Amino acid sequence: MAEPVALTKKDFTSDQEVRWCPGCGDYSVLTALQLMMPELGVRPENTVFVSGIGCSSRFPYYMNTYGIHSIHGRAPAFATGVAVARPDLDVWVVTGDGDGLSIGGNHLIHALRRNVNFTILLFNNQIYGLTKGQYSPTSEIGKVTKSSPFGSLDYPFNPISVAIGAEATFVARTHDLDRKHMQEVFRRAHEHKGAAFVEIYQNCNVFNDGAFDHITSKDKRADMLVNLRHGEPVRFGAEQEFGVRLNEYGEAVVVNVADVGVDALLVHDEARHDPTVAFALSRLAETPTSPTPMGVLRAVTRPTYEAEVQSQLGAAQANRGPGDLRALLESGGVWDVA
Amino acid sequence: MTDTTAATRRPETLERVVIRFAGDSGDGMQLVGDRFTDVSAAFGNDLATLPNYPAEIRAPAGTIAGVSSFQVHIADFDIVTPGDVPNLLVAMNPAALKANLADLPPGASIIANTDAFETRNLEKAGYQANPLEDDTLAAYTVYPVPMTSMTVEATKGTGAKPRDAERSKNFFALGLISWMYTRPIAGIVTWIDEKYAKNAVVHDANLAALKAGYHFGETAEIFETPFEVAPAALPPGRYRNISGNVALAYGLIAAGQQSKLPILYASYPITPASDILHELSKHKNFGVRTMQAEDEIAAISVAIGGAFAGQLGVTATSGPGVDLKAEALGLAISLELPLILVDVQRGGPSTGLPTKTEQADLLLAMYGRHGEAPLPIVAAYSPSHCFDAAFEGARIALKYRTPVIVLTDGYLANGSEPWLFPDVDQLADISVPFTTELNHLNEDGSTEFWPYVRDETTLARPWAIPGTPGLMHRIGGIEKEDGTGNVNYDPANHELMVHLRAQKIAGIAADIPPVEVDDPTGDAELLVLGWGSTWGAIKAAARRVRANGRSVATANLVHLNPFPTNLGDVVGRYRKVLIPEMNLGQLSKLVRAEFLVDAKSLTKVQGLPFRAAEIEAKILEMIDG
Ligand SMILES: Cc1ncc(C[n+]2csc(CCOP(=O)(O)OP(=O)(O)O)c2C)c(N)n1
Ligand code: SF4
Ligand SMILES: [Mg+2]
Repeated sequence: MAEPVALTKKDFTSDQEVRWCPGCGDYSVLTALQLMMPELGVRPENTVFVSGIGCSSRFPYYMNTYGIHSIHGRAPAFATGVAVARPDLDVWVVTGDGDGLSIGGNHLIHALRRNVNFTILLFNNQIYGLTKGQYSPTSEIGKVTKSSPFGSLDYPFNPISVAIGAEATFVARTHDLDRKHMQEVFRRAHEHKGAAFVEIYQNCNVFNDGAFDHITSKDKRADMLVNLRHGEPVRFGAEQEFGVRLNEYGEAVVVNVADVGVDALLVHDEARHDPTVAFALSRLAETPTSPTPMGVLRAVTRPTYEAEVQSQLGAAQANRGPGDLRALLESGGVWDVA
Repeated sequence: MTDTTAATRRPETLERVVIRFAGDSGDGMQLVGDRFTDVSAAFGNDLATLPNYPAEIRAPAGTIAGVSSFQVHIADFDIVTPGDVPNLLVAMNPAALKANLADLPPGASIIANTDAFETRNLEKAGYQANPLEDDTLAAYTVYPVPMTSMTVEATKGTGAKPRDAERSKNFFALGLISWMYTRPIAGIVTWIDEKYAKNAVVHDANLAALKAGYHFGETAEIFETPFEVAPAALPPGRYRNISGNVALAYGLIAAGQQSKLPILYASYPITPASDILHELSKHKNFGVRTMQAEDEIAAISVAIGGAFAGQLGVTATSGPGVDLKAEALGLAISLELPLILVDVQRGGPSTGLPTKTEQADLLLAMYGRHGEAPLPIVAAYSPSHCFDAAFEGARIALKYRTPVIVLTDGYLANGSEPWLFPDVDQLADISVPFTTELNHLNEDGSTEFWPYVRDETTLARPWAIPGTPGLMHRIGGIEKEDGTGNVNYDPANHELMVHLRAQKIAGIAADIPPVEVDDPTGDAELLVLGWGSTWGAIKAAARRVRANGRSVATANLVHLNPFPTNLGDVVGRYRKVLIPEMNLGQLSKLVRAEFLVDAKSLTKVQGLPFRAAEIEAKILEMIDG
């Protein structure tokens, strides 16, 4: 057989016309991923994208891989079925803030705690895009939308906190304006064995334009994005003049490096098994208007669900031999009628 | 002990007997019923059982609400129901007596545990006076037996404390009834040895109680003679006893083997379907993956994901879970992937009667989804038939790439009967090939894979699974263009797709057997049509009617969607049609709408199966009416 030819973006791009609104942040995520897939050494036929319902959930149609555009909120469950049936496949879940955290919150947390080996990309635009602009579980309190003319009353979720609370083994955040950062995070998430949760701040320019401008616009990034690097003190700012340290309550707080000295800063340890510090970091910014952690907050190892399923099957076959239907039917006492 | 009494007491022979064990839910009545059933099965009787227990794990002890019972019908001929009314009631306490008395025909026997008939228990059961001492039970033959105290006495020396020793009284009752019906107790002894191998005290106490009960029957002078129910002349072959849920699990495993596909079974615990999960999770060596999902929606979604990936996806639940799965079922219909959904029906609506039986989900199975969303429905009619129904469901699902609903019910699930199980070599091969080739030729000569190209006869679409090079495709719940499967909102295409999906399901009628009519004299004017677990009661009722020289025809539907092709002819052939159902007339609605026949309904929604006598009375009324 001939050496497989190196794949390109084209190999991961389907023939379907992309139908997001012009200017939507979803495009840049799609491009980032399609460009990166060839570098992962995966094959389109061994890759499955599973999504729920929402603008973001149209994603699988545009990937030249296997794909299921399922029903609202349930993508993690469909993907769990694919992964349990076929641990050999490379499985991705695409969901939105409404899909993954409102109607599908239950499936998301259970997929995370089970540690199913797939990568979950949660497109957080803090709005219901497809249904034309109602507030979502990540919308800031007081948000005025069609369904909340006097401001929304619901306190929002912090998706990263939710994921850490749900026992996720890999939790990261990125945003749609930085292709390199997205690709780096996606690559790490893909390498991770187990459920990898990635929150992507994604701009919906039609119904929630500029939701992340406070932190992601080019002029704000240096002061507002806290890029986490494993093993390094948590620092940010154009001159690296700011840092994060844990106060006496274990809360993460922003400090001036000049005031406290480098040694007082939190050294980021994504592999720390206890989730307390990662959780504290996830609380650094209540809303994406103040310094916000970006990158990998947590990456720990735990056996994957499908590997455990497989090992129980293997053990059963080793102990009892492959199933024998005749013996099964005859189990538990038989008698003969002449 | 020299055994002079037994020798002089020759057993009296009975053709059949119906025994009901009743006690508090903590009294172990289901266990006793199961053991008695097993020894009777091994003895060669035909039998049918009806467990009946409260939804609460421990309803207040001694109350009517806490009564649990197990009815078993044993016979020396082939029987089809657990019996209409008990010939013998074993009442472990006053509440058990009170709750079951109304079912006893005059002349029936009652064995009462007199120790439990004390003031507090009588009060809890709502008795002003002890019914064993006044004339409440004048119409019955009552055998008062102080079971609790005799059990405590018999278990002295086993090390069991008196309060614990009392708990063995169900084995005393089992021993006594085993003697009464000349059952060999060796099988029960072996079972006790195995079950309690790790707990010597409980083992010894139960064994002592069992033997004490048996010997009590033998030596006490209160019973005239034991009875004997000879082995039944069943068709030759190898039998085992089986409950509906276990049969269903075995049917799924068989389907996995015969389709050469691993099973991915996901479900969320719910009575009365949980035992299917329990059973399947024991058989991982068959490559069965079982998963307890976070809810019913996840369970069906996992199963569909598994089907997309090339496995036999299965989920089982009861009514409340079917409600939750509706949206995902619609997706499976749209994706055209094989899937089996088992609905072990229970009393509804809402939580309803979790431990009681009903057949009220037929229209839910038929129509319980938005849009035009047809799917095939297969119904089991007896505990052992659950095996065949599961297997048939899988066959249709795989061949036509469609979700199939398999309907059973609480009575079938927990009831049991002897089963002449199939020879494995005779089971059909139900495997279907995965598609590995491009299937569409473009005008320019290039080839592509189109996921919605259909097989000409079955109208099934190709099943191309991930990992197959070149056949990558994306499918979803949005309407698809015929052939390509691409997202498509075109009005004419939608109309075409709706019709294609409907035609595919309707076409399955050509691939299922015609409905068989049992009309021995050929001159019946009344047809009794049933589906599901009413089969047994209908058959028994028809036997009685015919034994009295009257004619009646019966038929039973296994396939409820599509109907067998001859059903219209069959229902049109009879002057009258009666459809007994444990709902308010769901099949009768379908039959009336489909065939414009004036089918009459006989309905019962009490959480209990029909009695043959109830159907018999209706048949006679209609014949004479
Ligand atoms: C059961 C069900 N309820 C409601 C809807 C309508 N619906 C479709 S997408 C959506 C919200 C999507 O929001 P989000 O997940 O944030 O995705 P976005 O469009 O913002 O990418 C809703 C409510 C549906 N499709 N299914
Ligand atoms: S509505 Fe918003 S999220 Fe949806 S495609 Fe348009 S811009 Fe993107
Ligand atoms: Mg959104």
